[in-house]
Parts: sequence; C-alpha cells; structure tokens
Amino acid sequence: MAERLRLRRVPFRLGTARRRNCGVSRRATSADFSRPEMKTMRHLFITLFCWLSFSAHAAVDPALLAQLAAEESDDKIAAIQAIAASADPAALQILQSLSAGTLTAPDGGEIMLNNRIRAELANALAGLRLVDADPAVRRAAAQELQSNVGLEMAPLLARALEKESDAEIHALLTAAYAQASLTSPDPAVRLAAVTALGASPSRSARNLLLPLTTASGEPDKGVRSAASQSLKAVEAKLAIGETLGRIFTGLSLGSILLLAALGLAITYGVMGVINMAHGELLMVGAYATYAVQGLFRTYLPGWVDAYVIAAIPVAFFAAAAVGILLERTVIRHLYGRPLETLLATWGLSLILIQAARVIFGAQNVELANPSWMSGGVTLMAGLVLPWNRIAIIGFSLFVLALVWLLMNRTRLGMFVRAVTQNRPMAGCVGVPTARIDTLAFGLGAGIAGLGGVALSQIANVGPDMGQGYIVDSFMVVVLGGVGQLAGAVWAALGLGVVTKFLEGWSGAVIAKIAVLVFIIVFIQKRPQGLFALKGRFVES
Amino acid sequence: MNAVTENRHDQEWLGGTSIGHLKRHGEVDLSHRVILYLEDISVSFDGFKALNNLHLTIDAGELRCIIGPNGAGKTTMMDVITGKTRSDAGRCFFGQTIDLSTLSEAEIAHAGIGRKFQKPTIFENLSVFENLELALKTDKRARVSLFAWLGDDQRDKITDTLKQIRLDKGVGGADRPAGLLSHGQKQWLEIGMLLMQDPKLLLLDEPVAGMTDDETERTAELFKSLAGKHSLVVVEHDMAFIEQLGGKVTVLHEGAVLAEGDLATVQNDERVIEVYLGR
Amino acid sequence: MTRTPFVIRFCNATPKSGWIALGIFAAIAMLLLPALHLVLPPEHPLHVSAYVITLGGKIMCYAIVAVAMDLIWGHAGILSLGHGLFFALGGYVFGMYLMRQIGRDGSYQSDLPDFMVFLDWKELPWYWAGSDSFLWSLALVLIVPALIAYVFGYFAFRSRIKGVYFSIITQALTFAAMLLFFRNETGFGGNNGFTDFKRILGYGVTTPEMRVTLFALTALVLMATLLLGRYLVTAKFGRVLAAIRDSESRVMFLGYNPLHYKLAIWTLSAMLCAVAGALYVPQVGIINPGEMSPANSIEIAIWVAVGGRGTLIGPVIGAAIVNLSKSYFTMAFPEYWLFFLGALFVGVTLWLPDGVVGLWKRIQARRVA
Repeated sequence: MAERLRLRRVPFRLGTARRRNCGVSRRATSADFSRPEMKTMRHLFITLFCWLSFSAHAAVDPALLAQLAAEESDDKIAAIQAIAASADPAALQILQSLSAGTLTAPDGGEIMLNNRIRAELANALAGLRLVDADPAVRRAAAQELQSNVGLEMAPLLARALEKESDAEIHALLTAAYAQASLTSPDPAVRLAAVTALGASPSRSARNLLLPLTTASGEPDKGVRSAASQSLKAVEAKLAIGETLGRIFTGLSLGSILLLAALGLAITYGVMGVINMAHGELLMVGAYATYAVQGLFRTYLPGWVDAYVIAAIPVAFFAAAAVGILLERTVIRHLYGRPLETLLATWGLSLILIQAARVIFGAQNVELANPSWMSGGVTLMAGLVLPWNRIAIIGFSLFVLALVWLLMNRTRLGMFVRAVTQNRPMAGCVGVPTARIDTLAFGLGAGIAGLGGVALSQIANVGPDMGQGYIVDSFMVVVLGGVGQLAGAVWAALGLGVVTKFLEGWSGAVIAKIAVLVFIIVFIQKRPQGLFALKGRFVES
Repeated sequence: MNAVTENRHDQEWLGGTSIGHLKRHGEVDLSHRVILYLEDISVSFDGFKALNNLHLTIDAGELRCIIGPNGAGKTTMMDVITGKTRSDAGRCFFGQTIDLSTLSEAEIAHAGIGRKFQKPTIFENLSVFENLELALKTDKRARVSLFAWLGDDQRDKITDTLKQIRLDKGVGGADRPAGLLSHGQKQWLEIGMLLMQDPKLLLLDEPVAGMTDDETERTAELFKSLAGKHSLVVVEHDMAFIEQLGGKVTVLHEGAVLAEGDLATVQNDERVIEVYLGR
Repeated sequence: MTRTPFVIRFCNATPKSGWIALGIFAAIAMLLLPALHLVLPPEHPLHVSAYVITLGGKIMCYAIVAVAMDLIWGHAGILSLGHGLFFALGGYVFGMYLMRQIGRDGSYQSDLPDFMVFLDWKELPWYWAGSDSFLWSLALVLIVPALIAYVFGYFAFRSRIKGVYFSIITQALTFAAMLLFFRNETGFGGNNGFTDFKRILGYGVTTPEMRVTLFALTALVLMATLLLGRYLVTAKFGRVLAAIRDSESRVMFLGYNPLHYKLAIWTLSAMLCAVAGALYVPQVGIINPGEMSPANSIEIAIWVAVGGRGTLIGPVIGAAIVNLSKSYFTMAFPEYWLFFLGALFVGVTLWLPDGVVGLWKRIQARRVA
C-alpha cells in the first residue's frame, strides 16, 4: 500500500512519525519517496484512505475525502467541517496535510485552497487539536479559537469540554464554546452561552457581550438582560485583574527604584552626599550585562541563557570599581561640602555618559531576555505577569536580604551604621572612617550596578539611561528616611505602585508632577521621612 | 525700635492682665511676678521620655541655675521654651498671656526670649560687628531690612557692647571675621549678641565652657548685673561658677525636677547625691 | 540721628572702580559695538558680524541668569538646580507674544500660531488671552515665574527643606515642567516650542537695528542686575542672608524669620532669570522645552562656580568663559565638549572653590606679600 502513496515536496507528517500500527516499515516508505514510477500512480486517494483506516482506530468517511477535491469551495468547506466534526486523530492528520499542501486529489491534481477555505481549515484544525494529548497543544488551540469560532464548532467544543481536565484550558474552552453558541438561533442556547461568558472574564468576552445588551444586537429580552448581568460581572472581574496588574507593574518599578535607592541611601547616609552620578552607575551595570551577553554569544553560545546570572557579579564589581574610583579621586576631597559634591558628581556623570557613548556608541544597545525570562504567568483574565518582571522583583528582594545581612550581621555593616549615625565618635572609637567611606561607596555603587542588570532586562540600555533615576531614587531616600532600610523598601514600592496607578489614571507626565507635589507635601508633615529617627541629635 | 512706645509698655506691664495683644512688641504680662511657666511638659523621642511632667516657674528678674546629669533633659527643656521642639503635652507660658507652644522660633525670640546654645553658634563668615548688628533689637522683617541703615545711637550701643565683651581690641578689632575667634571669644560674642537682643528672659546653655577662670569670673559678674532687669536661666556643670552666681538651683533628673533650693541645700540632698554619684 | 538718602546709599553700595567699569562696559556694549555693526560695511575689517552680536547678546542673557543664581547660591547658600525653569518660563511668556506677532504670516496663514492649526485647535486656550499685548506680556514675564517661585519656595522653605534636599527637589521641579511642556496638549508647541518669530512691536526681529537694540537692552539689564545685586548684598538684607547661610537656627533665635528672607531672594532671583529668558528668545529665535532640562539648570551653577561664588562679577565672567568655550568646542570637537564640561565641574569644585575671581585675588595677595 505504501508504495502507492504519493507525496509531493515533503512527506506529510504522519508518514514518518505516526506509523506505529501500520505494518509497513519506515524504511520502505522513506525509500519510496524518490521513486520516479510513483509519480504515475493514480487512485491515490482511496489507498490513502485505506492506509489511514488501518493506522487510525476510527474511520473517516471516504466520500468526505473525495469531497475535499470537489470543485466548489462550499463543498470543500462542508467536507472539512464534517471531517473535523468526527474528532478523531485520522481527521487531524488529513486536515494537517491538506493545510500543508501535501495532500493531492484522487486524480493527482492539487487541491486548490482559497482564503475562505484556509480560514475554515485553520479553525477546524484548532478544533481537532483540542483533543490532543499534549496540554500545551490543547492550550494553544483553545487560545486560537478565542477570536473566531463558528456555530459548527460547538459540538466539537462540547466534546472537548467534557474531556478537559486542565482548569485553564477548560476556561478557555468554555469561552470559545459560549462564543460558538452565541450564533445559535435558539435563544435558550444563547442564554446558556451568555451566562457561561459571565463566568469566564476576558476582554473578548466583554467584547462579545457588549453588543448583546442592545435590542439590535440581541432580539430576545431574556438573553439581553442576562447579557448585561454577565457583562457587569465580567467587567468587575476585569477591573480587578487590571488593578492587580497595575500593582504588579508598580511593584516591579518599585523594586528597580529600590535597587537604585538602596545604594544611594547607603552613600547618602554614610557620607551625607548625593552622588549625581549614581544613575550612571546603573548604566555601568547595564553595559556590563551587555558586555557579558556579547562574550557568551561569542564563546559560549550554548549557555547564552545563563548570561544574566554571570552578569550579576560582573556588573556588581564593575560598578563598584567605578564607584571606588570616583570616591578616591573626587568625592573624598569634597567631604563636608555637599552642594559642591552635587556639582562635581554631576560632572562625573557627564564624563561617564560621554565615555559610554565613545565606547559603545550613542545608540541604545540590544539586550535579549534569556528564554527562561520571556513569556509570563497568566493568573487570571487580563492579568499576565511577565517572567522578567517577576525575576526582577525576586532579584531585588534577594539583594535587599543581602544588604540587610551585610548591614546588620557583619562588622563592616556595623561600622557603616556607626559612621552614619555619628562620624566623629565612630572615628574616635577606632573605626577607620576613610576606608569605610570607600567601602560603603563601593557597596552602594555595586548595588546600583545590580540595579543596572535588572533594568537591562526591561528597559533600553543606552548612554543616558541613568539620568532619570537619580531624582526618583532620591525621592525614595527622602520618603523613607536616611539610613532606614525598611523605610527605603516601603517608599520604593509605594512610590512605584502609586506612580503606576497615577499613570493609568492621568498619563505619565501628570503622574510625575503629582508624585513631586505629594513628596513636597509629605516633607511638610514629616521632614525626617517615613521612619524618622527622632531626638535632638537629628537636626544638628 | 520705637523707644517711646516701649516705655509706655514697660509701665503697662505692671498694670494687670491683658489678653489679646500677644504680638505687640515688648509686651509681657508680668502681673504675677512670674516670667515663665512650664506645666506638665512631656517630650518623648521614640519612647524615650526626655521630659517627664516637668514643672518649672521662673520669677521675673530671677537668676536660676539648672544642673543635672547628662540626659536629664536640660537642653530639651530649652528647646521646648524656644520653640525648637514641640512638647507632646503640657503648657508653656511666657508671662501670663503668651502661649509659647503656638509661636514660631522667630516669634518667641521677638517676644523677648534670647538663647545661647551649648555649642557657640555665631555667624562665622560675618565680622564681629555685623554679628552684633544682626542681633540688635530692631524691626527684623525682610522688607524693612532692605532699607535699614544703622543710626548713630545704634552704633553707639554696638560699640558699648563690644567693649563689654572685650572684642573691640585685638587684630582687626570688630571687623575681623567671627570665625577667627577663639572658643572663649566666641562664647563672649554670643553673650554679646544676647545683650544686643535685650531679651526679657535669657536662656544660657553652658555659657562658660571653654573659658579661663578669669573669664568665668567676669561672666558671673555680668550675669549677676543682668539679673533683676532681666531673668536668666543658666544651665551649667561648673559648680564653682554656680556658686559664684549664687541664685536658686534646680536639679533635673530623667526629665523632671528632682530638687530645688539654694546650692548648699541641693548639694546636701540625699537624692541628688544618689543621682550624681550613683549608689 | 541723620538718615542718608536712599539714592546715595544705593550709589555707595558700588565702589568707584565698579562704576567706572560699568561706564566702560556701557559705552562698548551700547555705543561702540552697535555702531561697528550698523555703520561699517560687512567687508570692513572692523565690522562686527551678526553672529558676534547674537552670541554676545546670548552670553549676556546667561550672565544675568548667573548673577541671579549667585544671589541665591553665593549669598544665601541655596543651590537651585531648577533655575532653567524660570529662564524658560520668561522665554515662553515672551515667546507667546512673539508668536502672536507673526499674525497671518505663518505657513497656514491663520490667526492661530501654526502649531495650534496643526493640532486642529479652533481657538486660543484661555492662558493665551492677552498675549498679543506687549505690555501685558512683559508683566506676565515677571508675574508668572514670580508666582511659581513664590508658591514653590513658600512650601519648600516653610518646611525647612534645604541643602541637597532643596537642590534635588528643584531639579525634579524643572524636570516635571519639561515633561509638561513636551506635551502638545499643554499648548506651548510641544517639543518644537516656539520659533519663526517675525516682529516685535511691528518691527522685524531679524533686522540689524532690532538686533543691536536687543543687544544694548540686554547689556542695560545686565548692568541693572549687577547694581541691584550689589545693593542687596551690602544692605542689611544681604547680611541676614549670609547669616542664614551660616546658621539658620541662630537667625531664628535672634528673631528673624528666615522664610521671608529666603523667599524674597528666591523670588527675585527667579524674576531676574525670567527677564533674561525674555531677552534671550527674540535674539536666539527659538524656545523649546529643552531649555528646562535639568542639565541646563545645573550648568548655570557651573558658570557661577567657575567665575567665583558670592562675587556678583565672577558669575558674569564665568558665564562668558563657559559659553565661549562651549561655542568653540561644539564647533571644533563636538564629541569632547561633554568631557570638557564634566572635567570643568570636577576641577572647579576641587581646585578652584572660589573660581576665577578667587584665583585673581590670591595672585594679587601673593604679589603684595
């Protein structure tokens, strides 16, 4: 039988892969492909059918197969729908080869497909893939059916629904099924569909329900009222999803701010200076990540996904080295002159930016998320949490924990806290304040470098990427109170969430201004920040 | 300012209680011969009670010394009186009518309370003369300062004070930058600034720290001469100096008054000895 | 007690040598250069080109800003990183007048400015009302920045925000304003700003006569600013400011309210910046939100630092030095300008804390010794 099988261009997939019960050896088939005499064989279609009926457990009506080669598009579509409705594996194989163009008509000619048929075919295929053994395939198919599904798919969907055990796919299927049933002439079926849509909130469900609330969209009154009820339910749930989504993006913004602000808080606390080049240390970290990515692409292409991990120490030490250099050469000599330090560090930031332009070019460089960071988790309708943002939140928590341990459980941390609170006294009891300054500055810079790694995964990496962050991270320090780790955390996350909410509400610019006004008002009330140290020593 | 109105007010104070002209210049109601009332004042910093139901009254013209171990709340008390720190509870009145808790630092200074800090705070980049000029009792609004010009009598007053605090001579005299003065001279300059302010009540936080014995003695003389016309509250650790001053002594401990009386009584008080020397 | 008349006190605030220098400057800027530009033919070796006049006018505008900055930073110890905002606001307000003066000569031949036609707006927004009046625009040049500075300063100084806190918040302020002006909906031409000016009071903006008039006017304002600054810092007002810089709490316990002093000098400084901005726009021919960028504002501080803080004349010198080198560098080696500027920031703060004027004084002191 297999000798009669004629395949053009590529063998259709089952030819090589799914031949378990077929009795014909794989070797024979593959050898047959190139035989010239095969091309002369007729009656292919019938034999194909025979073979299929052997290989598959259920049968596909041969008449239907013949109909696929019919002249009229409508006939072809009818055949496709009928085959699809049978919902058995053989049907899938046939339709797939039809779609791939590897199936020929009984007379050996090509089966012509126009766009209408193709669309129908794609739909039918999706329907068939709904019963695939692999959940990933089923999920993809169900998602495909979300946008465009007709009444003819309803029985198939119903069957798939019965079998489906995965909750997420079940929800998708319910939505598709409801959508398919909405086109039914029977008001009872539509009513059931509308009710079902109410229970599966998604944007498409809202779009489906919206026209049904008007008399022109839905003639039946009962269905109409059910639709508006469902619509309300869907919109409420979508709003929750949207809110949660905003909180989440706010948190991820907040954790970037936290990484930027942690370093600033340390240097500001210890030395009382604002390092205006702090944003550029983020940039150094991001470019270090870029350099590591380049090295991995060249020398370890197989491990390219791990470049982010490798970049973490590299970015930390690169930024720390730059920070220590700045402290040793410039900032140290400006001790006790905070306003001049502001200017000098601004000058340093200009030099760093221009250096980045000279070394890496003025354009943004391209950084790819490693594959394990792409995609996201769908928690509910309208709420997808991208992996890269989840990773950033986790990463900043990790850094935060490290910093906390360092500050509270090590000798260096104790020295840093001592210098923060009372520099002359710390010096008197033998804390090497100059070295602590350098180390603390290096640490702060290193943390900024880590922030750069995180930032490189969600934002553009370019020479002036750090410029916008100095004000924001300073606001975090102001809000949180100097030298207060807990304050910095609350302030960063709070500022992130509030900013995102305001952005959704009124646009980014107004949000920025509103946050600024809020901070000025806040300082009126609590000049020492959220977590203020109180006492008479504070003001001096 | 206006010398005539001020004199009129001077006579009025002795008259009786009057409410409703709190901010009129130089007007402190001393009808009960008391210039400062602190009642039930409490201040806490993160749970630590710096002042704990403090009661203190200072009579008009009195010279009062306050002693107490470190952390007893002496400086915090001055902060509360001058408006730098707000009390959590209690009432703080200047004379009978002026509620200090409602006024800003500048308003309190204007009402007639002058303060010398523990660490001498003078304007290091201004000359000695300018330091005194700024302290001079006059209209201190920004608008007025744009056109203010020193009159001859004001100049004389500054010159007198310069002599009194002995900063008129030496290299540069009154024109040298105040930042170049020695620690003791800075103390004197700050006292001089207080004198220029001509306050009703002077709060002096460790005024003789860093002074030589000779200077300390002169300070004591000066303070004694001021008492009567002014009221003084002096915080000091130097017992010899307090003995020289000779006024009533109040001992603060843990934010409250522990003992009050003349120096000898206080020094023999069991509880005071315990607090100072430990058990 | 005898009171010296105010005029005499004002004149005494500036020493004789200062008056002579001002006189020479006035003669050069208001007579000599305009004459060389207008009277001499372009091919004459002594002819002063339009480029020089415009550059000179621009630098004098910057010098006014620098003096304003010196009043607030050098004398009151408040470092503003947002003075570019007031400069730009002055420029924008006067720019509105200039836009209205274009009339129907724009590319759309409409009564509305071109960018509004482009946005399909049908009428002027309310805040453009009266912008066709020269006097009202001049008044607004002073009022708008003063009001913003006053309100912002009131809240900031009242809560005793100072030092780096204040600096950063002013930077945030100008940053937020820049974002606001970048939006088309704000009604100030979005990121293109205002340009293509045609007339002031009906006279062409680009004529040589208008050019030298603006130039001389800028010189006049610069001199007036210097005299005013000189008077302020020698008056008691200036001494209180210096005292606030040294020890704000002491000033309070002496009975002064620092809020009013700071607010006065802050608002005045903002108004001076705005005047400079209003003079700048017709000479340069463009104003856009880029003027509000934090980098521009912080550059003002370096002009002051280079010249010497607290000297009034220093900032004028500093503004000239930095901007002349900027013109030179951006033409000769554009990629090194930022390195140079950055090094200037670092070098001046490290080695020249008193700027060029301080250096000059040190050299003189050595010569005497």
